[in-house]
Amino acid sequence: MRTLVLAALLFVFAGGAFALTPQEGTLDPEQEARYRTLIHELRCLVCQNQTIADSNADLAADLRREVHTHIVAGATDDEVRRYVTDRYGEFVLYKPPMTARTAVLWIGPFLLVAFGVLVALRILRRPRAVAAPAPSADTERLRRLLDEEER
Amino acid sequence: MRYVRYTAPVVILLLLIFLFYRGLALDPREVPSPLVGKAAPAFELPLLEPEGQSLTPKALGGRPVLVNFFASWCAGCQVEHPLLMELSKQGVEIVGMDYKDEPADVRRWLQRHGNPYRQVAIDRVGQAGLDWGVYGVPETYVLGPDGTILFKQIGPVTPQAWERDIRPLLVGVR
Amino acid sequence: MIPELGHFALWLALAVGLVQAIVPTVGYARRNLRWMSIAGAAAQVQFLLVVVSYLCLSEAFHQNDFSVAYVAANSHSALPLIYRLSAVWGAHEGSLLLWLLMLSGWAFAVSIFNRRLPADISSLVLAALGAVSVGFLLFMLLTSNPFERAFPVPLEGRDLNPLLQDPGLIIHPPMLYMGYVGFSVAFAFAIAALVTGRMDSAWARWARPWTTTAWLFLTMGITLGSWWAYNELGWGGWWFWDPVENASFMPWLVGTALIHSLAVTEKRGLLQSWTLLLSIVAFSLSLLGTFLVRSGVLVSVHAFATDPARGVFILAFLGVVVGGGLLLYAIRAPKLVRQGEMQLASREGLLLFNNVFLVVTAAMVLFGTLFPLLMDALDLGKYSVGPPYFNRMFFLLMAPLAVLVGFAGVVSWKRANLIESFKPLRVLALIAVVLGVALPFLTQGKGSVAASAGAVLSVWVLVTSVQEVWRRVRAKPSLAAGLRSVPRGAWGMTLAHIGLGVWTMGVAFASTFNVEKDVRLGSGQSADIGRYEFRFDGVTHVEGPNFKSDTGHVVVSYRGREIATLNPEKRLYPSQGSVMTEAAVDHNPLRDLYVAMGEPIDKNDANGDWALRLYYKPMMRLVWFGGVLMFFGGILAATDRRYRLAQRAAASIPDGAAAA
Repeated sequence: MRTLVLAALLFVFAGGAFALTPQEGTLDPEQEARYRTLIHELRCLVCQNQTIADSNADLAADLRREVHTHIVAGATDDEVRRYVTDRYGEFVLYKPPMTARTAVLWIGPFLLVAFGVLVALRILRRPRAVAAPAPSADTERLRRLLDEEER
Repeated sequence: MRYVRYTAPVVILLLLIFLFYRGLALDPREVPSPLVGKAAPAFELPLLEPEGQSLTPKALGGRPVLVNFFASWCAGCQVEHPLLMELSKQGVEIVGMDYKDEPADVRRWLQRHGNPYRQVAIDRVGQAGLDWGVYGVPETYVLGPDGTILFKQIGPVTPQAWERDIRPLLVGVR
Repeated sequence: MIPELGHFALWLALAVGLVQAIVPTVGYARRNLRWMSIAGAAAQVQFLLVVVSYLCLSEAFHQNDFSVAYVAANSHSALPLIYRLSAVWGAHEGSLLLWLLMLSGWAFAVSIFNRRLPADISSLVLAALGAVSVGFLLFMLLTSNPFERAFPVPLEGRDLNPLLQDPGLIIHPPMLYMGYVGFSVAFAFAIAALVTGRMDSAWARWARPWTTTAWLFLTMGITLGSWWAYNELGWGGWWFWDPVENASFMPWLVGTALIHSLAVTEKRGLLQSWTLLLSIVAFSLSLLGTFLVRSGVLVSVHAFATDPARGVFILAFLGVVVGGGLLLYAIRAPKLVRQGEMQLASREGLLLFNNVFLVVTAAMVLFGTLFPLLMDALDLGKYSVGPPYFNRMFFLLMAPLAVLVGFAGVVSWKRANLIESFKPLRVLALIAVVLGVALPFLTQGKGSVAASAGAVLSVWVLVTSVQEVWRRVRAKPSLAAGLRSVPRGAWGMTLAHIGLGVWTMGVAFASTFNVEKDVRLGSGQSADIGRYEFRFDGVTHVEGPNFKSDTGHVVVSYRGREIATLNPEKRLYPSQGSVMTEAAVDHNPLRDLYVAMGEPIDKNDANGDWALRLYYKPMMRLVWFGGVLMFFGGILAATDRRYRLAQRAAASIPDGAAAA
């Protein structure tokens, strides 16, 4: 176990100093927008909790350069994503693709909302049920005071 | 039906706890390679020696080989180096890919620590590293005789990793 | 000596905590009033002990006592005093002590403000809090002792992580923990309700101010965290859906659902078991967050030094506390449910839907955060779930809620006359649509579907938020009498909803119209974003107390007229060898102009060309201003007169009845 931790610590990430160096070559506004969106979607493997847009790591700079080059060369967004995932796997996409495995991620919340709304509607249409137990003097007085304020 | 309503939360908690318990044994930072099972990515890199010549994947084919991405500036590489020297003496083929490094620095480093590599290629800019999905050094790829990537070791090659993961693959195909 | 005193105080606190947890509980089972009343005294003693312990640790930092391992790991003699004192909570062990301080502080507060609580509820609440404190104390004393000594004594500390050397550290964690930990009181109230079988409007009235107070602190804590990240991390981001951020946001979402559900239980005595469940779940999510941050199970920029052994302990603790609570819920809740009638067209109905959307959003955040772990554990691959996913889902799930908020002020309790209520809303809806669609054009000079959608929702929430106050004012003969008749709670609700509207506007514009530009500038050169021009005037070298800085000078002009000088920095902290980016921001309510230093193009020449990143962020300030408004709204709501009135009412009831 300790060797594992030690080994992990010695594994030097391809980190470095070249941070926000602007790219060579210019993009038209539409390409620029695509570039910005893409670099904010790709995960930096070195820091692992930043996008390659925000990361200072060498690898992030390399990947930004690659994205830029690919866009200039005419690649589509999907092709750029495929370029990176072919090499690094799906881990590098902050926006999970829609596949059989990730379907639950994209669709699940809406199913849950539908379920919640149905349950709520059922509760709201429930017929009058068991009568309440007699409230204590404490609650009765508070309720009167409250109702006064209500109006 | 109403019991489901009240017991569901406990059940969900138990499932979560089980998931977390499993999760404690996992390493969330490790990124496995999608290249395992695929052919080694193409590259053409200048060799350290002899100068002027290049290394391509074709030169690797025919027999199993370890492709080890390393650098003279990398501390973890020094940790695995003695083991690589030992393996090289035993006849394991190791090719070194010098990642983002200067030839002069790597020459000095190999002179100091020993050279376990059959050949050393210089990946100055890291382009080959990108194509191989390298995100840190050291990383080692195990190639089969047909040039397919069989395994990727992330981090230094430890004796356990050699015994458990790498040697079985090489023995099988020898 | 002092560290040993602090350590000893913790052991004593553990003993007191055990007493606080066990004696009143047994006393309740045996109907022994005296044993039950020990809870208050125990809570107070425990708080004092924890304060002593905390002060001992602070003193160790004050004195630069590097023989204490924790101080050596997180401090430095050159570290300014204020950061030395804040460094107490800068890493794992000390932050646990802060947790404990907050927990015992909340218990202390309950022991003081419990005169209107019946003795059985009060003692059980304190007993539950005592039990939680025992868990934390065991965790600290067995695995994470901040007073551990280090031999040989290092000559110098390793310094506080430079990322933390910022005013944000001084205020964000304490606020956040006040909120996070504060939900333990709601949890304890739920436990007390389940054990005693008392679950009614009165219970809700007791629990509500405590819950609202915890909620408002959490709101401020999260807002401060976002503001701090923006200023400190150097890349203009203010929310990243990082697992630890999510760990604080999930309790907030559930907490918001809870304070609304409590309103229904208080006013109509309905949704009791649901409110109980939410009370347990809110604190469970706080504990879950504690686990996620400290176990190494997820990758996060906030994560403390991780250790799976500690992770197992916290997991066990989680299982006992949350499992115990949920088990109690499963067994006891079915017995105390009392159904009443809830109409669809009523405030209760509206709040029920409010809860549906908030809870589903919390579930979405939880699932998205845990999905990578789930897939990895099932060997189905390595995935990442980040801002693109969360941003889209959050908007889709919360937009309906923003629409519903508009009806909050006009729909009355029990039974609402929809036709009458909705008449004034039609005009307001029209205003919202027109203004919302127009605002992007008016302020940014161009249109955007996303921004317009957000702006429409924002204006809708803002213009409808005054309905509650307006309704009450109209019922009175004069404006003055009308305003006076509005209870503080209603002002609180209004202010909090306005805060929501302001926040929505900020997010809509800052997310869609922000511009990010990477430029390379030499001294004297400029770059522009729209009508703003950024002129780079080179770099000067500055020596700080424990860092060296390359400070850039950037002059910003708007339409040719100089409006600001910004001084972003690139700092090197020699003790840790880390490099930090200190961004410089010029802000007004309408926009932020943000400059961050990248690197010198030639690594060896700091006076040559530099890479800079420039940002234009419209309405960024509204995001935090919205949070601040919600905070103040919460304060007004929690201090409503009826919570203080209740004190007088309860005081006149004989003790015998209260103990029954």
